[in-house]
Amino acid sequence: MKTISFSQLRTASKLNNLYIGSSLLSIAILDVFINSFFNVNLTSGLPNKISLFLPLVLGFIGFGILRMEFTGSRFFDNLNKNINTNNFNALLTLFIIFVIIKATPPALSWMILDANISGDTKEACTGTGACWTYIKVWLRRFMYGMYPNELHWRINTAFLLVIALGFVGYFFKENLKKYLALYYVIIYPIIAFLIIYYLISGGSFGLVWVETGAWGGLSLTFIVSFFCLIFCFPLGMVLALGRRSDLPAIRYISVGYIEFWRGVPLITVLFMSSVMFPMFLPEDFFMDKLVRVIIAITLFEAAYCAEVIRGGLQALPRGQYDAAKSLGMGYWKMHIFVILPQALKLVIPGIANTFLALVKDTPLIFVVGLAELAGMLALAKTNPKWLGFAMEGYIFASIIFWIICYAMSKYSYNLETKYKTER
Amino acid sequence: MNNKIKRILPQLLTVLFVVLIFGFFTLNAQVNMDNRGIDFGFGFLTQEASFDMQFTLLDYDGQDSYLWAYVVALLNTLLVSFLGIIFCSVLGVIIGVARLSNNFLIKNSAAWYVEFFRNIPLLLQIFFWYYAALRALPLPENAEPWFGVTYMTIKGYFIPAMIWENLNIFVYCLLASLISIIFIRNYAKKLQEKEGKQLPLLYISLAILLIVPGLSFLAGGVTLNFEIPVLKQLSATSYTYDGGVGLPPELIALVLALSLYTSTFVAECVRAGIQGISKGQKEAAASVGLTKNQILKLVIMPQALRIIIPPTTNQYLNLTKNSSLAAAIAYPDLVLVFAGTAMMQTGKAIEIVGITMLTYLSISLFIAALMNWYNKRIEIKEK
Repeated sequence: MKTISFSQLRTASKLNNLYIGSSLLSIAILDVFINSFFNVNLTSGLPNKISLFLPLVLGFIGFGILRMEFTGSRFFDNLNKNINTNNFNALLTLFIIFVIIKATPPALSWMILDANISGDTKEACTGTGACWTYIKVWLRRFMYGMYPNELHWRINTAFLLVIALGFVGYFFKENLKKYLALYYVIIYPIIAFLIIYYLISGGSFGLVWVETGAWGGLSLTFIVSFFCLIFCFPLGMVLALGRRSDLPAIRYISVGYIEFWRGVPLITVLFMSSVMFPMFLPEDFFMDKLVRVIIAITLFEAAYCAEVIRGGLQALPRGQYDAAKSLGMGYWKMHIFVILPQALKLVIPGIANTFLALVKDTPLIFVVGLAELAGMLALAKTNPKWLGFAMEGYIFASIIFWIICYAMSKYSYNLETKYKTER
Repeated sequence: MNNKIKRILPQLLTVLFVVLIFGFFTLNAQVNMDNRGIDFGFGFLTQEASFDMQFTLLDYDGQDSYLWAYVVALLNTLLVSFLGIIFCSVLGVIIGVARLSNNFLIKNSAAWYVEFFRNIPLLLQIFFWYYAALRALPLPENAEPWFGVTYMTIKGYFIPAMIWENLNIFVYCLLASLISIIFIRNYAKKLQEKEGKQLPLLYISLAILLIVPGLSFLAGGVTLNFEIPVLKQLSATSYTYDGGVGLPPELIALVLALSLYTSTFVAECVRAGIQGISKGQKEAAASVGLTKNQILKLVIMPQALRIIIPPTTNQYLNLTKNSSLAAAIAYPDLVLVFAGTAMMQTGKAIEIVGITMLTYLSISLFIAALMNWYNKRIEIKEK
């Protein structure tokens, strides 16, 4: 005996399902689309609440009908497999589609259609959208801080030189390859420091002296994170080895150091470097605030770096140590030639995450009065000529940081897959 | 002999190095403090603080001591951390599960959520919410009520205050019901091990949790009233809400930014935990005849939690430490009140930064110790 189920539409042809379902779905999406893009409510004749939920109900029924049988169309079968597997999924899918459609017009009009970029003053911003003129006018400040305008080429040249020197390692000849680590750990930081010191600070070779108080903007972010990055890695390595050492005094000191820095927030460390640290220095000895901050962040991040590297050291099988020892290698030989190359390869993602955290932490130096990007934004925001554009400023800064951090995380992912060795 | 020297010499040198650095610093500090006429000591803690705080959980005014200011500020820090942890856990679990969904759209939205919020520095997010987003809210006099009785305004979020009578009786009842639930759970576990019977634990627990404190309203003389915020005119153009509880915009911005940022990390932990369990576990459990709920409760969750909880606790710790960014938007937390205002007033940089760091350090070490204890407890004991 055949039972007739009314809860499921069992029509004669599969194609009927396809037609009914897809047309209901497209009606629903079209309704929302027209409503949000052209501001016309197709169902305005209906009561308010019904009109609001009608597209959701229609789309839900449409998805339900589409899901009943194989439609025979590849597009709809993919749809069923990916976004329409059951009622709950269909509902969520509809919800996400509607939110995207609803959110697009306001975002688009604010960011682009109603936005202004022409002119040089606040008065040029007449539209209801964003005022990109603000960003345009302040761009140099956001990038270089209070550094004199005519000297910006010095920062650019210094950065280009430092980046170029960073790539030198790629062109090392085979017989020089063994000095690669030496170059990156010792020579490169020194050269980079000298370049930045002599070119950006100036004071000699006929260059005008620019005090670090004038440094700022995104370039300061780069300088701080660059130095912290190259200094914290070797220090972290030493600490990680210290923590794994079988000499108790060295181990306890390393553990104490790591746990101390990992237990305190960076902001208190920065406070310490700016107000407490000068008390610890000899009276007539003056250390620049920027240098103190860089030292503080380096010491802080080195502890995190050490923990990541320790993870790599622990992950190596004991056999590696035993094999190296059985060849008669001493402690340093064993670590430099056998253990560290393998361990560091293992921790590339972890190190990259630490560096990423470091870059994301640099805006904090704003708290101790160094005007990097966040600091410049705060300054620009309170400028009486440019009040009321906080939103544009923070969105601009967020986009820049997002691009930097996203690129870094993708690059680390590439490195990870490149250096992955099968065991 | 040679070996012994090899072991002792590096240790001796390291210790000497550390001692020398500390000695050098202490010596300089002493000289510097003598020159500036500052003396080292914690006597200032009992002096009158004479500054005000915008938002406090306990009663505080300028006449209280620095010590009390410290306690109140610490509570503010803990409040932000607590709220942040709750919201970031809820969000993190939802996003983490959504990333494993077989729905293409959901999976990708969740992935983009994670990529978006975790690649923007937390400080910028806090600034964005505080200076840009929350500033776009209506003034108190123009605010539309949310849910009828709460008002989201530029001056903060105003919610009804709870006015309890005989609160202690209610709390005792709540505690009693919780304890009895623990007993019943233990009993149910024994029952299951002995006879294989299962009690509907969820319903029983819920019933106890609702009925016992509910009874205290009927029989214990406990009453609960709500004080609804009302618009009040301060001056010709300035309005605010009176009565109820006002959550300042600083708190809202902080909790929002902290929980959105940390939820991305929690989501990754949750995803890793669920992915870390092999499919075989699920299939094996199903082949033994467990229902879908039982598989989740008895097989998947206990194993997933073992992977999820340690890194998640780490994230909670990070959130607590990150809550110190409150200082940047003037929310009166430990760093702002103590390492900021109090230090400016007393000039005792070493003592105050020391106390602040020690406080965070002890919170971290305490949670780390708890974590180690937990890890020991749930460790797979191999035979």
